[in-house]
Amino acid sequence: MLTPAITDLEQLKDHPAVARLRSWNLAAVEGAKFDRDELSIYVERSSLREACALLRDDANCPFNFLSDVTCVDWHPAEPRFEIVYQLLSIPKKERVRLKVRLGSDSPAVESVTSVWPAANFFEREVFDLFGIRFTGHPYLRRIQMPENWEGHPLRKDYPVEGYR
Amino acid sequence: MILNMGPQHPSTHGVLRVILEIDGETIVRIMPDIGYLHTGIEKTCEAKFYQQVVPLTDRIDYLCPMTNNLCYALAVEKLLGLEIPPKAQWLRVLLNELTRINSHLVWLGTHAMDIGALTVFLYCFREREDVLRLFEAVSGQRMMTSYFRIGGVALEPPLDFFDRVRDFANRFPSKVDEYENLLTGNPIWKMRTKGVARITAEDAIALGASGPTLRGSGVDFDLRRDMPYSGYENFKFKVPVSQEGDVFARYECRVQELRESIGIVQQALDGMPQGPIKADAPKVVLPDREKMKTQMEALIYHFKIITEGFAVPAGEVYQAVESPRGEMGYYIVSDGTAKPYRVHMRSACLANLQLLPKMCEGKLIADVVAAIGSIDIVLGEIDR
Repeated sequence: MLTPAITDLEQLKDHPAVARLRSWNLAAVEGAKFDRDELSIYVERSSLREACALLRDDANCPFNFLSDVTCVDWHPAEPRFEIVYQLLSIPKKERVRLKVRLGSDSPAVESVTSVWPAANFFEREVFDLFGIRFTGHPYLRRIQMPENWEGHPLRKDYPVEGYR
Repeated sequence: MILNMGPQHPSTHGVLRVILEIDGETIVRIMPDIGYLHTGIEKTCEAKFYQQVVPLTDRIDYLCPMTNNLCYALAVEKLLGLEIPPKAQWLRVLLNELTRINSHLVWLGTHAMDIGALTVFLYCFREREDVLRLFEAVSGQRMMTSYFRIGGVALEPPLDFFDRVRDFANRFPSKVDEYENLLTGNPIWKMRTKGVARITAEDAIALGASGPTLRGSGVDFDLRRDMPYSGYENFKFKVPVSQEGDVFARYECRVQELRESIGIVQQALDGMPQGPIKADAPKVVLPDREKMKTQMEALIYHFKIITEGFAVPAGEVYQAVESPRGEMGYYIVSDGTAKPYRVHMRSACLANLQLLPKMCEGKLIADVVAAIGSIDIVLGEIDR
């Protein structure tokens, strides 16, 4: 059966990944959630790339593998977008999820391709399907849709049948 | 010179376009161009009930439908907090390993054919046919099986099913010897694969490689063993790892995996528990046909599930399984309604494809074909 989610940062501050980020910059961690045995950390937008680099190089539990980058559109709520990073530590067999909230007004976040080159295609996909810009990305072009496509299909205000 | 390879090219296993910038026979730059098979499955999922998404997951990766079914079902079950009975879990493991064999056989056949060893293809497809017949027996479909459902599996397997699987499992190891006789010691095969498209462990991890592509570079990591799901912790198996990081190393890893998979199948047959194949959750799992026709309550639940779906408590999960190609992950966000708010598939091939430039730049054109084959891509999964 489901146990209720823990959303209180005070209760989660001893978790290694949370503690590591908070000891580096208290303001970088906006919140955390422990739900269904999975930990999510909300990271402040401007410190995302550095937070990723910090977790990758952590001596105790290096999150050296970026599993996935994706986005969730909470339209019409604000902040509208949530960029979701799934991190995996191959030596410690641990997962953690980082999240960044972005408003609907020209959403952009720093690219993590310099931390994990694996982010390249994932970020291009998010750019293509959600219209999020990743600053510092080496080749931010559409990847799934044709170059001349209008709109970003996975946004919630984009109709399922497409525009006709 | 810029050379365009694909999207319709026999060695790209689907519709992959590769743009090659070449200097004579040497590759200066290589750029994969994807998206030709993009069908917007993630968007479609958002308009379906949870149980209606299952057939869509088959169609992402047409070589390992059961793995995708499993990953999706596990993710939704985690969202719901459902307990799955042991027999369903073991059946899932059994079929998942048969799927791995099926997928690796197609890979081995087509990969060898790309490099010029045509005979292996016929051998591999001979055994693949046996596996597909087993799938047909259990689910009624050869490829788009949709056999794993949320809360268990669709049907009780037919009476002679386990005997047929055992018969296959007894025959199969000698068939793997046959493939190896054709390839492993073959001097032409070795020349085409050894030292070709080499990738270091650091590069493989940094670029997000997983599965045999990662293990071929000497990283000992397998989700089935290291982060077990669906009862894999009950099985004993070795995780094959090769150190060289070249095409031959990845070939070795996958061929050894064929042998390990058949070992898991044997264990699953020997230890198959008795009991129900579906979880006891009438609001989520469709009732038996028999009950539906005799009990009013079952009929009501059936009607409700089909017409309204079932609500899933709000939350999010990321569930990853070891597919034949690497880490297949489903990230599902629920807003508490009967339709998923967001379904995202983490494609192992999409990440593995990013290795291609590292593997090929500075090498010969002829090796590109070997490199593409060795990362075992399925374009349906990359584009979704």
